[in-house]
Amino acid sequence: MTAMDGQSGLEAQFAQWRQHVERRSELQRSDADELEDHLRGSVDELMAIGLRPDEAFLVAVKRMGSLNDLSREFAREHSERLWKQLVLTGGTDGPVVTARGRRDLLAVVVCAAGAAASVKVPELFGMSFERDGAFYATNLSLFTLPWLAAFLAWRRHASRALIGALVALFAVGAVAANAYSLAEDSQSVVLTGIHLPIALWLVVGLAYVADDLRSSRRRMDFIRFTGECFIYYVLIALGGGVLTAFVFGTFEAIGISPEGFVSRWLLPCGAAAAVVVAGWLVEAKQSVVENIAPVLTRLFTPLFTAVLLAFLAALGGSGTGINVEREALILFNLLLVVVLGLLLYSISARDPLAPPGLFDKLQFALVVSALVIDVLVLLEITGRITEYGTTPNKAAALGENVILLVNLAWSAWLVLGFVRRRTPFSAIERWQTGYLPVYAVWAWVVVLLFPPLFGFR
Amino acid sequence: MRVTKDLVAASATPMVLGILAEGESYGYAILRRINELSGGELDWTEGLLYPLLHRLERLGHVESSWQSVAGERRRKYYRITRSGLAELAEQRRQWDTVVGALKQVWRGSGEIRPFTAIPLEGPA
Repeated sequence: MTAMDGQSGLEAQFAQWRQHVERRSELQRSDADELEDHLRGSVDELMAIGLRPDEAFLVAVKRMGSLNDLSREFAREHSERLWKQLVLTGGTDGPVVTARGRRDLLAVVVCAAGAAASVKVPELFGMSFERDGAFYATNLSLFTLPWLAAFLAWRRHASRALIGALVALFAVGAVAANAYSLAEDSQSVVLTGIHLPIALWLVVGLAYVADDLRSSRRRMDFIRFTGECFIYYVLIALGGGVLTAFVFGTFEAIGISPEGFVSRWLLPCGAAAAVVVAGWLVEAKQSVVENIAPVLTRLFTPLFTAVLLAFLAALGGSGTGINVEREALILFNLLLVVVLGLLLYSISARDPLAPPGLFDKLQFALVVSALVIDVLVLLEITGRITEYGTTPNKAAALGENVILLVNLAWSAWLVLGFVRRRTPFSAIERWQTGYLPVYAVWAWVVVLLFPPLFGFR
Repeated sequence: MRVTKDLVAASATPMVLGILAEGESYGYAILRRINELSGGELDWTEGLLYPLLHRLERLGHVESSWQSVAGERRRKYYRITRSGLAELAEQRRQWDTVVGALKQVWRGSGEIRPFTAIPLEGPA
């Protein structure tokens, strides 16, 4: 071996060792630098007394002791490092990070302020929350989601073509919400109010996956983003509730009633801005805390499975059919959504290479029981519709049911294949991410085509 | 003869502060110096030294800076501060008390080995 070989081999070993060190959350970059210097000092000394580079490296590493012991000692001194902190304006690691963090913060403030202001803009034209309920019900998502999409597109350096597509889609959404003059008590208003946010949320997804539109991994990231965003939003809403309570309590104590301020400013503006803030938090913290949605999934999958199986057993035992009212249909739709959510979020957190385990079997049981229940409901519904004719609500509910049914049925098949080790796990993931456009198309169909189709009822 | 872990840990702070009082230094050199002073009898590990240095830094007894001395690698040098010197003086006072007391006890209890026979410096 030439001296040159020995030297480059040594550098490779140092690089490898560094990788191991930097993987430890207890050890920061500067610690790694310091320890590497120590190791190099040790190696130099050993080589000076005649050891070959690789021998010297081995002895030096051995002397330093195991990384486990080392990081335990570091953790004792730096216990705060185990609690990852959300650094809002970039870490102390480098000036580049800080500058980027600051620009992010500025962008999010602008977007959140924009969302908050958008909610109030219609009031300039004489609209009010009390009188124009239908207008706000259909337009609410148009006030906030474009800002979130703008923030994401800005962060991803989206291409001009994509930005054009985003603007066009939001414009179509605005037209759909306002071009048809729908009566405030019509079913179509409610349907648009529910489906437009879904359609627009998937447009936000388009901004989210801006860097790689077709990548299944990026779409899965968007699914994760959706779950975490929802959880953050709920948390922010809880905090907002506490703030509101204090606003009420303190101001009323001095004889000022803050009711008008709270209902006209604090609540609507806060709720709109919180959407952008939640999205930004998820973006900023990605690695800061464990993702919560998969944790909740783990907790609730067994419980939901138990409930569904118990329901099926009770249904079989009692012998009476399911009483399918309109509420029941919505309830069972929601049930499918929850089951799909449980499936999605456990997929999102699963190591694709891990072998199938008990949890996957449990999931299979969950999906199959949900499917059985749904088929029973569906049979009941189609009977009803053929008997009494259809309404927008029924058609929408039925369509959603079919979409979810198809998804879950094929998922069940794939999960079964996975449990029996026939199909790889990635097939399930690809199926779910590939299915996202179906939801988008359906939501747009309901928003755009249903009102004219059903005579604006 | 190896010094027990507890004793090493107890003497760690005054040892490091004492060495830094001689002049600024970096981790590897501090460890070598301890080895040299104790003739290899004090079993110091990196897991003891670096967290201790970081703790002393947090307490303000030492301060650190990354420096590159000509012809050498960039290193993190530690320097003792005024409060570190005060801490060292306090630790010394305590250790003198302990050592003084021990000496008297051992002299009084029948002199297993005369004190003067205990080598003050380890085998270098």
